[in-house]
Parts: sequence; structure tokens; C-alpha cells
Amino acid sequence: MTLLDIRGLTVRTADGRTLVDDLSLTLGPGERLGVIGESGSGKSLTTLAVLGLLPEGMTATGSVELAGTQIVGATEKRLTTVRGRDAAIVFQEPLTALDPLMRVGRQLAEPLRGKRRLTGGALKRAVAEALEQVRLPEPDRIARAFPHEISGGQRQRVALAMALACEPKLLIADEPTTALDVSVQAEMLALIDTLVREREMAVLFVSHDLAVVAKVTDRALVMKDGRAVEEGTVERLVRAPREEYTKALVTSARRLESALDLRSAP
Amino acid sequence: MKRRTSPADRANRPNRSYTLIAGCVLAGLIALLALVSLVWLPYAADDTSGGRLTGPAADHLLGTDKLGRDLFTQAMTGSRIAVEAGLGSVLVAAAIGVTLGVLSAFAQGWLDDTLSAFLDILIAFPTLLLAMLIVAARSATLGSAVLAIGLAQSAVVARLVRILVKRVLAQDYITAARTSGTSWPRIVAGHVLPNIWPTLVVNLALQFGLAVLAEAGLSYLGLGAPPPNASWGRMLQEAQATFTTAPAGALAPGILLVLLVIGVNLVADGLRDTLDPATRRRRA
Repeated sequence: MTLLDIRGLTVRTADGRTLVDDLSLTLGPGERLGVIGESGSGKSLTTLAVLGLLPEGMTATGSVELAGTQIVGATEKRLTTVRGRDAAIVFQEPLTALDPLMRVGRQLAEPLRGKRRLTGGALKRAVAEALEQVRLPEPDRIARAFPHEISGGQRQRVALAMALACEPKLLIADEPTTALDVSVQAEMLALIDTLVREREMAVLFVSHDLAVVAKVTDRALVMKDGRAVEEGTVERLVRAPREEYTKALVTSARRLESALDLRSAP
Repeated sequence: MKRRTSPADRANRPNRSYTLIAGCVLAGLIALLALVSLVWLPYAADDTSGGRLTGPAADHLLGTDKLGRDLFTQAMTGSRIAVEAGLGSVLVAAAIGVTLGVLSAFAQGWLDDTLSAFLDILIAFPTLLLAMLIVAARSATLGSAVLAIGLAQSAVVARLVRILVKRVLAQDYITAARTSGTSWPRIVAGHVLPNIWPTLVVNLALQFGLAVLAEAGLSYLGLGAPPPNASWGRMLQEAQATFTTAPAGALAPGILLVLLVIGVNLVADGLRDTLDPATRRRRA
């Protein structure tokens, strides 16, 4: 049984431009797939379409089946039950992912109350637990803090905790580490890796960075201009890219890496 | 709560609160006059025993008008009417404006276009004409004036709210809340309104000042509260003919009007500095 089955997904703007063109991909329970592409390649829109969260004015055609529910054309009510339960998203920008005027604990309580119907003491305990799960120190202090009072890495962990709160079957990570500095990035990737493994969750990991994708997933899909260019194991894509675009991606990643190696060499 | 105060922050804070305090003092003085006028007035509104156009004296602090009524009494009643007009108009503007603004932020397609066009027309429509229409339909009372001013201002508020709400709705935390299964009414109450509140409250404070001016203008034209309720606008109008011989009749309401509007604008300015999320982020 497949968890996510996208067939011929096409996303158009109101004025008729095609942003995602006839995209197909499948993901089984517990599987991990990386989506690689430059900005504007339609990878983020694809993730939004999976939850029926496309921005105003954009329309999706084709088929997106998430845990047996057809997302394309589904009513908002239907989508609300699917969101969070079947799939949840972590976004790129930790600054905008949290409401600046709401304490972290209250925000984290929202999905727990909405989806798991927790209240009172149980809700409080669940919030503290969720914060501990993403390895945040002093969960009590963080729960009382406003987003601007904690660091970017901590905010991103809170966002991850919110996404995991309802124990979705699929975690969609849209460039979750791009806005973080390199050392924090590595910790965050390791954290996602462990948490997802413990829960046997499937992951759709979106990034422009091949090296980052390689750390979390073993299979990847390369996108360019709204189309899927090539799909395969990360190892194969790196070693024997078939398409020109994939080759260019790999070469530029290599060039960057060797430049960094040269610099760090004595 | 923890405070992380930067030196620049500390240097800025006194300025900020001075603006707010100065505004509160000015507006508060007028509000105090208005409150006192509810329970006590030096003379009755229709007491014409003072002699005509006496000029300031011990028993008539600001003198009397051409009918022999005490000007200080009128100025006090006028401040009550000014504060009522300001509050009433802002309430009407906020109630209609926020509702329409939130609706049109969510509206799509033709509904969005229709609402926007409606707001544009309402903004372009002269307040004076609107007031005359409402007075013609009802009668010349303070209520009519407040309704007219509030309606005219609600379009401005609605347009502001629409843009503010749209900006908040584009944030990831709204998408995150939707992903958490939070319903739209809850999102609006819990995330959208708190986030537009700082900007909105500053604008409403400014609208208060504008409403006070507009009410004075309307009663100057005889479209405001009917006699014997003295409004500053009508005091100005009545003192116009005798301005050279008895200037106190025009100066008193004029100065009070300026003080109240400056006070309210200072409050708005001070609020902007203390409520702005950017500065609040540093302060909290």
C-alpha cells in the first residue's frame, strides 16, 4: 500500500502559467524521498499541494492521494481531518513559522488540543513532552517564552515538535535547515533522522542542497521548471547522473565541496 | 519575565513614554472636563442671567456669549460631546471596518472586487454629504453625526484591516495552524487579530482625533448635536460674528479642540512606539 501517490499533478496560476507540470511520485509508509531542485522549480508548491494548502489563486489538477484520501478537489472540512493526522509540514523560515505574539507553549498546544482533544493537565504534560522529544533544554522555560526569546535553531525545533505533535504518517520538510547555520543544521538533520526512525514515519524532504538530502534520504527526485527530471537512489544520482541537469547539480555540489576542502587543507 | 535591554533601548524608552504621557495628560484633561460636566456644571445650559458678552470675570471664567450664557459651561459640555463623538465614531468605524476588512481579506474573485469597489466609493464619498443624507433621513442629533463619521471612517479602517490581515495570512504560522486542524474562526481570533492589533489600535487613535475634528465641522454647519447642547463647533460658529469684540467665545473652543486632537495624536504616536511588534520584540 502506498502512503502518498501523486499522479500527473499540475499546478497552474490564475493567469494560466504552469508551475508544476505533470508530476508523479509515490511514497510507501516509512519511506523517505528527497526532492531536489533550484528555487522556482516547483518543489515547495508540490509539498503544499499534498496538504491542499496551495496559495490563493493557484489550482491543482491530476491526482494526489494521501493515505487513501484524494486531496485534489477535496473540501476544506475533509482536508482539516487529513492535515496533521496523515501529514504535517515543517517550513524553511523559523522566524515566520511561529506566531510572534503567542507563547511557544500555547502554539504547541494548538495541534494537541485540535487533533488529540487534550485539555488541562494532560495538555500541559503533552506540551512538555513534545518539547523534550525535540531535545529542547528547559522545556518549561521555552514553553513560557515568546518566539523571539529563543534562538532560530530552537524555533525550528519547536516547529518540528508542532509537526510531530499529531504523529502524522508523513512528515514533509520544506528546506527545514536552510535558514540555520551549518553546525545547527547537522544537529537538526540528525534529530529529524532519529525522530522519524523511532516513529516509522515517511518523509518527503525538500531541499536545493544535494548534500543535505543525502544525509536524510536514500532516494531522491530531481525537479527543474516544474517537471521531474530524474529519480533514483541518491548514490546513483551522484555517481551516474543520467540527465544533464542532474549532472550540473552534482558537479556544482562537488566543486563547492572541493573548494571547501582546499581551504581547510593546511 | 526576562528583560534583555540594550543600551539603545534604554536610551529610547524615556522619549517614548514622554510622548505617551504628554498625550495622556492632554487628552485626559479634556476627558476630565467631560466627566465633571456629567455631574456638575457652573451654570445650567439655558441660564442666560450673565449679561451679554461680558468677557472673562470671576463668576464667568471665560465670559458669556451673546445670549448671556456662561462660556465655560458650554466649553465643558462641548468637551463631553467631543469625547462622545470621538469614542462613538471610532466604535462604529472599528465594528464595521474590522468586520468588512476581515471578510474582504478572505474574499476571493468577484466578492473581493465588489467589496474593494464598495470601500473605494465609501472613501471617495464626502463625509459632509454622507452626514447631510443621514441627518435628512434621521434628524440633526449627535447620533446622526457619529453614525456619519463612523461610516466614513469604517471604509478607511476596513481597507487597512484587509491589507494587514492579508499580510498575516501569508505567514507560515497560519499555514502551520491550518495544518494543526485549527478552524478559521479560531485562527482569526487567536492569530490574526492579535497580530494586527498594534497597528490597528494606533490607527483607531488617529481616527479618534479626526472624528473629533469632523464632529466640530458638522456642528459648525448645524448638523451636529442640537441646542442647548453646546458643541465646540457650534460655539465657534456662534462666536464668529462677535470675534473682534469678544474673542474668548471662539478662542476657548478652538484651543480645547486643538489640545484634544494633539493629545490624541500624541497618544497614537506613543502607542505606536510601545505596541509595534518590532520594538516590542526587543522590549519584552
